[in-house]
Amino acid sequence: MAETIIYAARKIITMAPSRPEVSHVAVRDGRILGIGTLEELASWGDYLLDDRFAGKVLMPGFVEGHAHTMEGTLWRNVYVGWFDRMDPDGRVWSGLKSIDAVVDRLREAEAQMTDPEAPLAAWALDPIYMENRRVTRQELDQVSTTRPIGILHASGHIMNVNTRALELAGLMKPGVNHPGIPLGEDGLPLGPLYGPDAMTPVGPHVGFDRALTDCDERGLRDYGKLCVRAGVTTCTDLAARLTDDSVDMMLRVTAEDDYPACIVPLRVFFGMSAEEIVDYCVSLKPRSTERLRLGRIKAVADGSIQGFSARLRWPGYYNGAPNGLWYTAPEQMSELYHRALAAGVQVHTHTNGDQATQMALDMLEPALKAHPSPDHRFTLQHCQMADAAQYRKMRSLGMNVNLFANHHFYWGDEHYRLTVGPERACRMNACRTALDTGVPMAIHSDAPVTPLGPLFTAWAAVNRITASGRVQGEEERISVSEALYAITLGAAYTLHMDGEVGSIEVGKRADFAVLDSDPTQTDPMALKDIGVWGTVQGGRVFPAAAL
Amino acid sequence: MAPLPVTVIGGYLGAGKTTLVNHLLRHAAGRRLAVLVNEFGDLPIDADLIEAEEDGMISIAGGCICCSFGSDLIGALGDLAAMEPRPDHILVESSGVAIPGAIVSTMLLAEGIRSDGIVVVVDGETVRQRALDDYVGDTITRQLSDAEIVVVNKTDLLAPAAQTELMAWLAEAAPGAIAIPAERGRVAPGALLGVLPAPGAGQPADHSDRLFDSVVLTPEGGQPVEELARDLATGPHGVIRAKGYLRDIDGALWLIQTVGHRWEVTAAQGPHEAGLVCIGFRDRLDRDGLAELAGVTA
Ligand SMILES: [Zn+2]
Ligand SMILES: [Zn+2]
Repeated sequence: MAETIIYAARKIITMAPSRPEVSHVAVRDGRILGIGTLEELASWGDYLLDDRFAGKVLMPGFVEGHAHTMEGTLWRNVYVGWFDRMDPDGRVWSGLKSIDAVVDRLREAEAQMTDPEAPLAAWALDPIYMENRRVTRQELDQVSTTRPIGILHASGHIMNVNTRALELAGLMKPGVNHPGIPLGEDGLPLGPLYGPDAMTPVGPHVGFDRALTDCDERGLRDYGKLCVRAGVTTCTDLAARLTDDSVDMMLRVTAEDDYPACIVPLRVFFGMSAEEIVDYCVSLKPRSTERLRLGRIKAVADGSIQGFSARLRWPGYYNGAPNGLWYTAPEQMSELYHRALAAGVQVHTHTNGDQATQMALDMLEPALKAHPSPDHRFTLQHCQMADAAQYRKMRSLGMNVNLFANHHFYWGDEHYRLTVGPERACRMNACRTALDTGVPMAIHSDAPVTPLGPLFTAWAAVNRITASGRVQGEEERISVSEALYAITLGAAYTLHMDGEVGSIEVGKRADFAVLDSDPTQTDPMALKDIGVWGTVQGGRVFPAAAL
Repeated sequence: MAPLPVTVIGGYLGAGKTTLVNHLLRHAAGRRLAVLVNEFGDLPIDADLIEAEEDGMISIAGGCICCSFGSDLIGALGDLAAMEPRPDHILVESSGVAIPGAIVSTMLLAEGIRSDGIVVVVDGETVRQRALDDYVGDTITRQLSDAEIVVVNKTDLLAPAAQTELMAWLAEAAPGAIAIPAERGRVAPGALLGVLPAPGAGQPADHSDRLFDSVVLTPEGGQPVEELARDLATGPHGVIRAKGYLRDIDGALWLIQTVGHRWEVTAAQGPHEAGLVCIGFRDRLDRDGLAELAGVTA
């Protein structure tokens, strides 16, 4: 018979309604055999008592409902972000507070490179915190004039490059006429490249290749380490292309004995017709394994708010910028919803602006009438600007929402004074309204856009503090227990996985986040600072210190 | 090598872009067209035109091809420009929500490419209604404001009064464009893509289409080329496209190209015989006016 291990912990927060807190959990065959007191659990027969967590607090393994495994790949580039950030190996890279500091860090990395022509790539720059200061090619030329250098911004929508990179891309010439490529007084490109159209021709020369949104094999392994460090045991990969090769690679890597997370990749609705993508996801679904869950679709309705490419309803952008862009036409969205509902394939839809949200709601309603689908759990991702009426509509249609709570901290000040103005900035990512309206809700990091870390995300939803330290939209704050629910069962629900993960209950996968202290007894302002010892995933123990 | 002409074909979903592209392929008349589509989702090429399909490329009768560019238009244009033999003309069929002007600025980042016009296809029956739509109205207006040629489909279904109203509306919505009425995308390739440079490699107009005609102007002596080009593009002479070489007052040779109301004058590369082909509506092409403009008898 399979071995039974009973873990004793200082406290186990189970999220199970009938036994919210216990002291012991029994694990057999990678699943939870039971929770309760040692006496209760001992009655299952022979067991091994493991008290390594005696000083720790266990929670259900966190579920990240919107992230991208490409963060694992990005870490092979130099980190130059504003905030301190931990890499897959546990090293904390200090945040850089000036362009000089960025140049210095690039110089250090440069000094260790041997091939003088190899590209040097960096990521996570965010000049919003430096008065939106532009970084010129000449500044990056201080690092090297022989090798191409590129820095991807935190938003993923801007890149800074040096002169060599522009030369290789054939852009070091006068007469370049593109809205995304500002020119200097000499008539030559200044160095920043705005938007994917301007970035794509240069990206491959600086080491950001064309398939940036897909992680590679090593990236997926590194991403697993980030999951352990953040307490995450189930994680989406929210916009994968899922080519045959990448599906094979992901199946192989996640099947490795020591792969520490269950990955849920969604095929992005791009480059395929609605009919094809639905058929494709139907065909992928049966290939799912214990640690790779296939068969869902991600659609993208609009762009981003800070990039002014999100679709807003009246009165539009606060600074008067023209309305954003549709990435998927309403008719295409409608066709996708119809076909997906008919085939029983779940769709998550990225909507940032409130008009994009309205479009998704308008397209889903008739599709649901044509294909009644109780429990479809179609989810709006980001859905940052939704108002109360839209939440009521989501509830009526049986939709879920996954709000971008972290965004509020990182760009909330920017939204307040520039993009959408005070009132709408205060209601962005309206967690309180979502819950009060009865819309099943998750909250997310969108890693690598912001760091993977559900406790930070919970902190952001509970406190709604912006980077400058203001509370923005106090009425939309939620309680600590509501936030903890959102990063466990809440996110699991949006994936139809709440029956197998998200709480510590008999029969579920033995997935635990192992914490140094008790989030329910911590000052809510300190939620983000709780140490994560590691995880247990499918009964396998992963101490972060041993990665 | 002369830069490769690229025409962007834009327009909202269902306007008839794909039908137009297939019509152009059917009447390529020796012109090697390369079609770039966003995605192969709904097969963009009529089955009877397809000779072979492999690795993201469809080979089409008459040496034409079709490829998808996904998110990398520049890369795809570069690949086409490097092909042996090189295509004569590239058509980029944009997605229904794309803004064609933005595609042009992006594709001009590629080497060896020249923009040869923005064609926006609209459904004559629904475009005015669509332009008022809360969701996509501004997308359609932005597409039209970038247009140099508007192909207006389904005009055959409109009463004459409605047609006139529609054309007046388009003149405002697409101020830089010339509108061509069409049934199911049947527009002479010469009117949209111009005349082939190689002699005998195709007729200026598809003669099954009675709508268009062309005039060849061969002025003697020098011309104020910039003004002439502007007048061809913006004057009342019914010209949809003009292309050719002219000498200026000082005797220098210039390449003149107009599409819709846009004109371009660039220094000619190498020797060419002076002469200008103008394509326009048969019933509106003002032969006498054009001759006068160029100071010749046509
Ligand atoms: Zn998104
Ligand atoms: Zn995302």
